[in-house]
Amino acid sequence: MKKGTYSSWGMYPYYPQIAHDCMWRDELTTKLKGMVEIHGSTLAYGNGRSYGDSCFAHSDNVLSTRCLNKIILADWETGKIICESGITFEEIIDIALPKGWFLPVTPGTKFVTLGGAIANDIHGKNHHHKGTFGCHIKQFCLIRADQKELICSNQKNTSLFQATIGGLGLTGIIKWAEIQLIPVNSSEIESTAIRFDSLEEFFTISKELDTQYEYSATWIDCLAKNNSIGKGIYFAGNHTKKNTLEIKTKKNKTLPFTLPISAVNSLTLRAFNYLYFRKHKTGRKNILMPYDKFFYPLDGVLHWNRIYGKKGFQQYQCIIPEKNAYNGIKTILKLISDHKCGSFLAVLKRCGDIPSPGLLSFPMPGISLALDFPQNNKLVALFSKLDEIVRETQGRLYPAKDAHMTGSDFRLSYPSWEKVEALRDPALNSRFWKRVTD
Amino acid sequence: MKKIVILGAMSTIAIACTRLWANKECEFILIARNKDKLSQIADDLTARGSIVHIKTSDFSDYSKHETLSKECFEKVGNIDILLTAYGTLPDQIECEKNTDIALQEFHTNGLSVISLLNHFAMRMEKQDTVSGTISGTIAVISSVAGDRGRASNYLYGAAKSAVSTYCSGLRARLSRTGIHVLTIKPGFVDTQMTQHLTLPEKLTASPEQVAHDISGAITSKKDVLYTRWFWRYIMLIIVIIPNRIFKKMKF
Repeated sequence: MKKGTYSSWGMYPYYPQIAHDCMWRDELTTKLKGMVEIHGSTLAYGNGRSYGDSCFAHSDNVLSTRCLNKIILADWETGKIICESGITFEEIIDIALPKGWFLPVTPGTKFVTLGGAIANDIHGKNHHHKGTFGCHIKQFCLIRADQKELICSNQKNTSLFQATIGGLGLTGIIKWAEIQLIPVNSSEIESTAIRFDSLEEFFTISKELDTQYEYSATWIDCLAKNNSIGKGIYFAGNHTKKNTLEIKTKKNKTLPFTLPISAVNSLTLRAFNYLYFRKHKTGRKNILMPYDKFFYPLDGVLHWNRIYGKKGFQQYQCIIPEKNAYNGIKTILKLISDHKCGSFLAVLKRCGDIPSPGLLSFPMPGISLALDFPQNNKLVALFSKLDEIVRETQGRLYPAKDAHMTGSDFRLSYPSWEKVEALRDPALNSRFWKRVTD
Repeated sequence: MKKIVILGAMSTIAIACTRLWANKECEFILIARNKDKLSQIADDLTARGSIVHIKTSDFSDYSKHETLSKECFEKVGNIDILLTAYGTLPDQIECEKNTDIALQEFHTNGLSVISLLNHFAMRMEKQDTVSGTISGTIAVISSVAGDRGRASNYLYGAAKSAVSTYCSGLRARLSRTGIHVLTIKPGFVDTQMTQHLTLPEKLTASPEQVAHDISGAITSKKDVLYTRWFWRYIMLIIVIIPNRIFKKMKF
């Protein structure tokens, strides 16, 4: 409902989106038709947590679903809930957790909407045990400009079901979705942190411990060189069995304005990485952590993206298949450390082999690497070198984070794109899709 | 368990308030015009763990107000919070040209609210409570626009002014009984009612912020709430501007 224009989380590229609100779910069809008549095409916009241009309508007029945040039906005996697509994970957790239920899969921020989570087939720290979010969708209702509402599931309208999961919002507007929550005894996570000194060690540790922990992800120092390349801290955790279901409300801090220039540069980054690595002692450390701190450390500072200044930033997230993972990730990390500027948050994660029903799902069995770069002209050269390695190692990039990948790389690494294009609602198109399929 | 009655439950601010209150178990009676939309709100609150009853009613029909208040008390016994949240934002220019529309808007935003409050207040001041003492809150969404009539919005302002003045008197009368009356004066809020307007971002509150303020003011038994807080000072200045300057201003 906010007035004015929307951008994406990375604030790059800059295509201000004019928002058209929808307050009630029964008005979606009329709203969609009305927008198509005036603007030609549109795209659903949730809470703006996509990093690049995948959440931008090609017409720059988006249909905002943020006010559609009601629960339609909840069965607290079985943990099945049906919600409107604009509800955020934060809103779901606030209601479900005190009743002993948690999201089956969650990304590193709870500010994504249900619709956005489906459209990007998001994954989380438990990909190796639970697969992507799309694996836990029972059914959803899709509104297409040219047809009636369609209920899609594994049994019904299957091809649209598969095309919509990870389908970047192009196959229709999701009105509501039914998900299966997981039972938990507690709002706390028994977590462990292990500091390590090289990429080899990461591979050994994650191989050994990923089986024991439902959740795992690894912070690495992207500036480390030579033998220390890939040094970092492995974080893992399980829901604790102790009964503590209370949610502590903590006031979030916020970055009230965008900094004139990026506060992330090689100097501040080096200092941060040094201190962060040292803060964690060698050996293992086990602690009980509130779920918020474990899953969403960055959500504690609202609008943290503003730290990168007015030019914004780009996130580079790729996944390299298991067989090429070690060499691929090592080469990529070397190129990045030579470049001297990455991000505070550089994250490695081993993805598992649970297949997603989605056609354009990002994860595959292998290692995913994500890091942010303040936007500047030098990125073009760096990214094209990185893309080359991703291509050679048969990996791929994540559309939800992307603002740069070439059309040929996209079409090569997501061969099912043509199936999605065939099922795309002609009334919907995004800047990303236009860029990579034209 | 708190018993809460909402007049105008489809309003964006009312929805935000009910969600906040639903964090603890509550019993709601939601009243508004549209049955489908009311059921959607009710389903959401039920899923959050509340008991919800819905009633459709057109508030412009005064003859139904007595029955409506009677039915509410029959349903829940006594009322802890009564929130009136409905209203329209009239087109001022239209009101200047068409007296029927002007009066209709005044009825909706002013008279019908006063009529309902009169009926509910009569019952609330006599309601039995478990502890034997009478308690409860009548929270009324008025507006900062009622503090002074401005050229661009004075029909709405006049209706809200009537409501604020009525509430001030009602508060004084009921203070002897233990019933608390809260006058809520929101400034710009991002709601369905203001959807077509372009509001200054820095001065515009989210419905959630306003709901938070309202809930706090009910707990602390505040008399008049400006939300967000800075509107108290903005209105203080607007009210003291001398007429010879004020009448030349175009807002």
